[in-house]
Amino acid sequence: MESVGSIIMYLIIALAIIVFSVLAVTTRKILRSATYLLFTLFATAGIYFMMDYQFLGAVQIAVYAGGIVVLVVFSILLTSKPGDKAEKLASKRRAIGLLAAFAMLGVSGYALLSRCGFFAQLPAMGDVTMDQIGDQLLGTGQGGMLLPFEAISVLLLACIIGGIVVARKR
Amino acid sequence: MDITLMYYLIPSLVMFCCGVYGFITRKNMIAILISLELMLNAVDINFVVFNRFLFPGQLEGMFFTLFAIAIAAAETALAIAIIINIFRVAKNIDVRDLTKMKF
Amino acid sequence: MDQITPLLILALPLCMFLFLGLAGNKMSHKMAGILGTLGMGVTLILAYSTAFTYFFSGNPDFIDAAGNRLQSVIFDFTWLEFTENLVIKLGFLLDPISAMMLVVITTISFMVHLYSLGYMHGEKGFQRYYAFLSLFSFSMLGLVVATNIFQMYIFWELVGASSYLLIGFYYTKPSAVSASKKAFIVTRFADLGFLIGILILSFFTETFNFIDMTSAPENVLASTGGATFMGASVLTWALVLIFMGGMGKSAMMPLHIWLPDAMEGPTPVSALIHAATMVVAGVYLVARMFPVYLMEEAALTIVTVVGALTALYAAIVACTQVDIKRVLAFSTISQIAFMMVALGVARPEIHEGVGYMASMFHLFTHAMFKALLFLGAGALIHAVHSNDYTAMGGLRKYMPITHITFLIGCLAIAGIPPFAGFFSKDEILVAAFENNMLWGLWMTAVAGLTAFYMFRLYYRIFWWNTPDYEKHGHVPHDAPWTMTLPLIILATVSIVAGFIPFGELVTWNREAYHIHLNWTVATTSVLVAVVAILIATVMYRKENAISDKIANSVKGLWTAAYNRFYFDELYIFITHKIIFNLVSRPIAWFDRHIIDGTMDMFATMAHKASGAIKGLQSGSIQTYVLVYLLGALLLGVVTVVCVML
Repeated sequence: MESVGSIIMYLIIALAIIVFSVLAVTTRKILRSATYLLFTLFATAGIYFMMDYQFLGAVQIAVYAGGIVVLVVFSILLTSKPGDKAEKLASKRRAIGLLAAFAMLGVSGYALLSRCGFFAQLPAMGDVTMDQIGDQLLGTGQGGMLLPFEAISVLLLACIIGGIVVARKR
Repeated sequence: MDITLMYYLIPSLVMFCCGVYGFITRKNMIAILISLELMLNAVDINFVVFNRFLFPGQLEGMFFTLFAIAIAAAETALAIAIIINIFRVAKNIDVRDLTKMKF
Repeated sequence: MDQITPLLILALPLCMFLFLGLAGNKMSHKMAGILGTLGMGVTLILAYSTAFTYFFSGNPDFIDAAGNRLQSVIFDFTWLEFTENLVIKLGFLLDPISAMMLVVITTISFMVHLYSLGYMHGEKGFQRYYAFLSLFSFSMLGLVVATNIFQMYIFWELVGASSYLLIGFYYTKPSAVSASKKAFIVTRFADLGFLIGILILSFFTETFNFIDMTSAPENVLASTGGATFMGASVLTWALVLIFMGGMGKSAMMPLHIWLPDAMEGPTPVSALIHAATMVVAGVYLVARMFPVYLMEEAALTIVTVVGALTALYAAIVACTQVDIKRVLAFSTISQIAFMMVALGVARPEIHEGVGYMASMFHLFTHAMFKALLFLGAGALIHAVHSNDYTAMGGLRKYMPITHITFLIGCLAIAGIPPFAGFFSKDEILVAAFENNMLWGLWMTAVAGLTAFYMFRLYYRIFWWNTPDYEKHGHVPHDAPWTMTLPLIILATVSIVAGFIPFGELVTWNREAYHIHLNWTVATTSVLVAVVAILIATVMYRKENAISDKIANSVKGLWTAAYNRFYFDELYIFITHKIIFNLVSRPIAWFDRHIIDGTMDMFATMAHKASGAIKGLQSGSIQTYVLVYLLGALLLGVVTVVCVML
């Protein structure tokens, strides 16, 4: 049995995610869209905190909400004039999008609800310490993540170079 | 009332469906990018909650989310570089106008 | 005898061809011409020394104690070895006829090289011209020294190719291009027969080697085992087919049509290839295989008949042509036919095979005086800038050297003693008379015609009336020394060549033979020639209307002869109307519509299909995502349904 606080917390977060996601993709002003995305990301960070992954929540806020959204906002400001509005969607296009989204929702939702295994309780778990994260992230033993870590680092390097090459003025 | 695994999966699913809808319908490339982020984020949530509910004490799901965030950051940076470049050339970032590389 | 000299005789022109062909454009005209001429000069010296060694050194390799000359294989290395029997060798065979041909080829070739320095001066492609001349000299030398019939065939094709290249030297001129194609195709057609003949012959004898075949011709006959095909023995077929190759190269009727057109090439080329050397390759081929031909009376009869018909035909046509090079071309055809007849009538029992000797003798002398005439014609064309004798006349005053040398050539070909042609032609007539009275009379008549048309040409060029050359702003004059020197040398040779004791050197069985003039025949032929010359003198010395009157009185014959008895038209009719329409067109239709159509159908189907589904590759990533998503969902539904069931 959860505490009432956490239930309220959950409800707020879940509602925020659903509402802001929907708003992010339906609003016709692109800057607002980015703002709703930011709220969604914050709500996601809330979920991470509820899951007791404080580090991950912090990363989510710092990198996602802090870095990526700022980047997106910058590019929006660079590529559109203030007051720009996306034109109204053609009904056919929206119908297709809705069809796809609801089909997705229906199939996946059915799959979710038909599986009773997903009604597990939140098990108890000790705090994840930074020591533990650091050891496992750079470890090579059981559950060690060094290899993916290195792979990601190479990928990032490639992205840096690619970004420079692509954006460079000729 | 217990907040089970299911309760976390449903907002994530809704978020993902919103991402799909946005990806398919939007014309502005940045809006498409935002939809993409939504979808990615929904997946991240799934990683985390499955890890937390089913394998507490292990950290694989969390790490994958971590990596996904890193990759998303890289991808966004690159995508925005490309978008700005396209904007420079085409003065426009409407995907329907970008037909130069078609066929 | 060392092997270096013979090897060099072949290698020098080949190297010169490669060098001039590859590096010629880097050097000046003069340089290339002088290099080519020097190369040929060295080859000339080497060939002379080889021939001299062969004939006069008394080396036991070349002549036995009884005074019989021997066939000597200087070297013969294996080039391709397919099976134990099917071995293709390349070698150097030295015997009287090949030694003689070495002399003829290198002499004429050197003269032409020298002459071309003046004649081709300033032409575009001068270096290319010299490269091709060297290629031709190499091929011709390789042909005459062939040790086996396959080597001969290889070089046979090479001379054909270089002839093609040289006829088409002025490749911007459509007539030259079509002439070169005509020469190539007609001789190729003939060579098909040659190749089949070679295959038949070597299938039975299991050898390509000349010495193996000619030293024991009765074995060749025996090897066929009396097999027959369509009523003729296989050996006859083989020999006639081989002779067909010779007919093509030597322009015997009905395969002669390419030679008059080949005069589109530069005149020195006509002198070298289409008068003196390549066109006698057919005669040389028959002479080379002569002991085998002796085994089959029928084959020799065919050689005789074809030769006699061609000789008469070409002589009649030559009387009506206006283009001086064409007259000489038909005269060449006629004279080669003389050699063929001489071979055809030669029998060992008749004066120890005098016909064979006469044929080779005439080949030798004809090469000299015909090259002289062609080079003289070249000098005339060079001076007057026209091929037609109607543009000439009275040139004796303007071009004395050319006049005298040309006259010597005409006297030689007409058979007036003591010029070279008299002796060789006399021997041919003797052989013909000894074989059959008919052939003797026939060939005497042709000899008379020869004298007539040559002097008709001579008088029209050098006498007749004198056109107003000043009016055209160009007075003809003698050519520079590079052109007149070969004329003088060849004229000298044409005077003295008849006194060469040819019978001592070249006979069919390589035994020495003493030539003794048959005074009856000699007197008759000289009388006929003199009468013919007198008629020509009356008709053409001064401008008059006699010739036109005579032409009008036999208008049908004259027109037919002028149009070469419509041989070209006949060929065009056969190829265009019959072969093209009835064979080629249906095949082309089948190829285009059925075979190509099938392939086109596949291509069109692939094209249509890709055009139809091209829209899917819209480039719109959103559509891709939609399709992908729906597909994934479908899979999900299917999975769910399957699990539920």
